[in-house]
Amino acid sequence: MASRNTVERLSPLEPVYQPGLHGQSEHGAGVTLCEAKQGSILQLTAWPGEEKRMIAAIRSVARLAVPDGAGGGIVKNGKAAFGIAPGKFTVTAEEEGLAEAFAASLKPAIGTVTDLSHGRTIIRISGEKAEWVLAKLFAIDFSLPAFPIGAGRSTVHHDIFAQIQRTDNDSFDIHVFRSFARAFWKLLCHSSEEVGYEVQ
Amino acid sequence: MLITCPYCGPRDLSEFTYQGDGNRTRPAPASQDLDAWNAYVYDRLNPAGDHNEIWQHSGGCRSHLRVVRNTLTHEISSVGFVRGDAHARKPGARK
Repeated sequence: MASRNTVERLSPLEPVYQPGLHGQSEHGAGVTLCEAKQGSILQLTAWPGEEKRMIAAIRSVARLAVPDGAGGGIVKNGKAAFGIAPGKFTVTAEEEGLAEAFAASLKPAIGTVTDLSHGRTIIRISGEKAEWVLAKLFAIDFSLPAFPIGAGRSTVHHDIFAQIQRTDNDSFDIHVFRSFARAFWKLLCHSSEEVGYEVQ
Repeated sequence: MLITCPYCGPRDLSEFTYQGDGNRTRPAPASQDLDAWNAYVYDRLNPAGDHNEIWQHSGGCRSHLRVVRNTLTHEISSVGFVRGDAHARKPGARK
């Protein structure tokens, strides 16, 4: 959905992105992997004390009611938002132009908008073994009571910084730096081999 | 060792970066008090017990944290954000 002012975005995963069944998948795939291509990926940062006004701005501009609290988030209508740090939020949308919408309506006294649409890659893992595969890579609790739907977590796999949002019971979006995306994708595929995986 | 980040919850030590002794106070940039600068750069309490430390959750929310860690047992008795805490030092902390 490239607008006429922007160049077409190429996926960093393209050389290693191989749709189909892989690994031990003779009894079906334990997880499904794909790239979640979002037109807009933003980071919003509120100045200290302005967190509630930033949450209100996200509600009015992106139509997302982000819960107030550490790591709180929401997924709705192709858009998503979640807290990644005190006063900091990641907001994504399928369409481009969300950064401009925030820049036009967010008062500088509330906080800042950083457009990361070309700087992040979102990798989606879903399936009954998704928690199990991710638990091999990240030292955080992926169980549903500890990591509810919509919530976000900032964590790291060695030097690969990752922001993870649970988008459904058994589905997670992993935001990684674009420059690390191909290496992380290959790692995730390798980690999924023993449960079988399908690339869509 | 686990550090319970006030934002992220309990996380593995590998997500954190040690940023030094939390008892120091940097002299004003224009200060010409050489003793104060010397103390800031070189003097450390080196206690066998509870120690005020600064850590950053560099592999998480990236907040700077004020941590009290027991240097004998690695038990962590308190963790809080540095922000908002800068003017509320614990009694007995060095200048």
